[in-house]
Amino acid sequence: MINKEMGATVSGPPLLSISQLIKDFGETRVLRGIDLEVARGEVVTVIGPSGSGKTTLLRCVNFLESYEGGSIQIDGREVGFLDLATRKRRGERDLAAMRAETGMVFQSFNLFPHLSAGKNVMLGLRKVRGKSTEEARRIAAHWLDRVGLGHKFDSLPSELSGGQQQRVGIARAVAMEPKILLLDEITSSLDPELVGEVLAVVTSLAEEGMTMLMVTHEIAFARDASQRIVFMDEGVIAASGPPRELLAQSAENPRLDSFLSRFRASHF
Amino acid sequence: MIEQIVYALPFLLGGFQTTLIVSVLVVVISLVGGVLLGVALIYGPLAVRLLIRVFSDTIRGIPILVLLFFVYYGLPAAGMPLDAFTSAVVALTLFKIAQVIEYVRGAVQSVPKGQDEAAKAIGLTFTGRLREVIFPQAFRRFLPPWINGVADAVKGSALVSLLGVIDLMYAINQVIGRTYDAMPLYVLGAFIYISINYALSATSRHVERRFSYIRE
Repeated sequence: MINKEMGATVSGPPLLSISQLIKDFGETRVLRGIDLEVARGEVVTVIGPSGSGKTTLLRCVNFLESYEGGSIQIDGREVGFLDLATRKRRGERDLAAMRAETGMVFQSFNLFPHLSAGKNVMLGLRKVRGKSTEEARRIAAHWLDRVGLGHKFDSLPSELSGGQQQRVGIARAVAMEPKILLLDEITSSLDPELVGEVLAVVTSLAEEGMTMLMVTHEIAFARDASQRIVFMDEGVIAASGPPRELLAQSAENPRLDSFLSRFRASHF
Repeated sequence: MIEQIVYALPFLLGGFQTTLIVSVLVVVISLVGGVLLGVALIYGPLAVRLLIRVFSDTIRGIPILVLLFFVYYGLPAAGMPLDAFTSAVVALTLFKIAQVIEYVRGAVQSVPKGQDEAAKAIGLTFTGRLREVIFPQAFRRFLPPWINGVADAVKGSALVSLLGVIDLMYAINQVIGRTYDAMPLYVLGAFIYISINYALSATSRHVERRFSYIRE
């Protein structure tokens, strides 16, 4: 695990800037005014009980979910809307181009089952980045190699283990050279013995300075890999700070304490 | 019996061609129209979705024979006279379009939502997502019912004989009108229809096997 002091330097204006984000699912307000900034090269982890809105927050960042209020900017550009006042949405092509700037890795992998591992990675390179087949193949091979699956280029997702599928999922996202990588509980549907190989890939990306916003239940991993942990509870950020400071805060924050106690019992 | 069949064959050739032409027209036009409307039913704006839903439910709620007579006798009364052949093709195509719409809807909706999300996440546009991710996966589920539907279209085309279009069925009845020996001709007719449809279902099984590697 990396030491956060040795991690990439964090500086400059925020890459991702979320302010006063409000999201409703019908009558239920799931995000109630979220403010969050992520600097270039920073790794921020969102933790919190289920139903606290952390996955929804992540999905708003690449506009898989729209939102009722507030703003999300990546590199100073509003993600989903052309005009915040009238809430006029970006057109389809424009939105697709914005989404190409963020990478997302899903809890349930969501690999394209009709394409080989290599072609899963190549698809966006060819159809979105406009690379030639040869160049896309070269880049895909490079990234599959990086996640330790160079030999699985032609394997179909159904022929891979969960951990291998998720590593292809990571390769598919990072091959697009996104400005920020969103990781949504990427180890939650893995058998315990497969979690390590996936987290090792994430750690190496963090060491190289990839900006990441991730949701995870792996508290020990969050502590070691991220510069900052954000604790969400009932649609708001209830606490945040550098990992050790935040974990130490639990004495003053009963909700955080009760959330963390579950992990202490089993993992600490 | 063989004798009567051999005698009848030359007379059936023209009718057989008409049956094939009607079937091909119906199948091809309904495929294009049904896929477009099916996609619009899933992704279109609310008004469009409602319109297509009403169209599909109405057409599928009418017996195909009634639809056939409605187009042939009803449209001229509304100032749109169509000849028998065109009426027949229009009616059968409308019916088939309504079916294809439902096949498309079922097939596309069987693709897990996460697939569309993953395709969005790498920056594919709507058409890119359909072409590269959704359709290739939906195709496998679309194919078996659709090929069954093609077989139905071939069999259903026999109804056009009721409008006086000389298809295989009509030609068979014409020969029977001369020979007064129905059985051999109906056996022959059944054999011809079965041959066409057997070829279709064999194709279907072959194609299904080819795409069976796609698993979630």
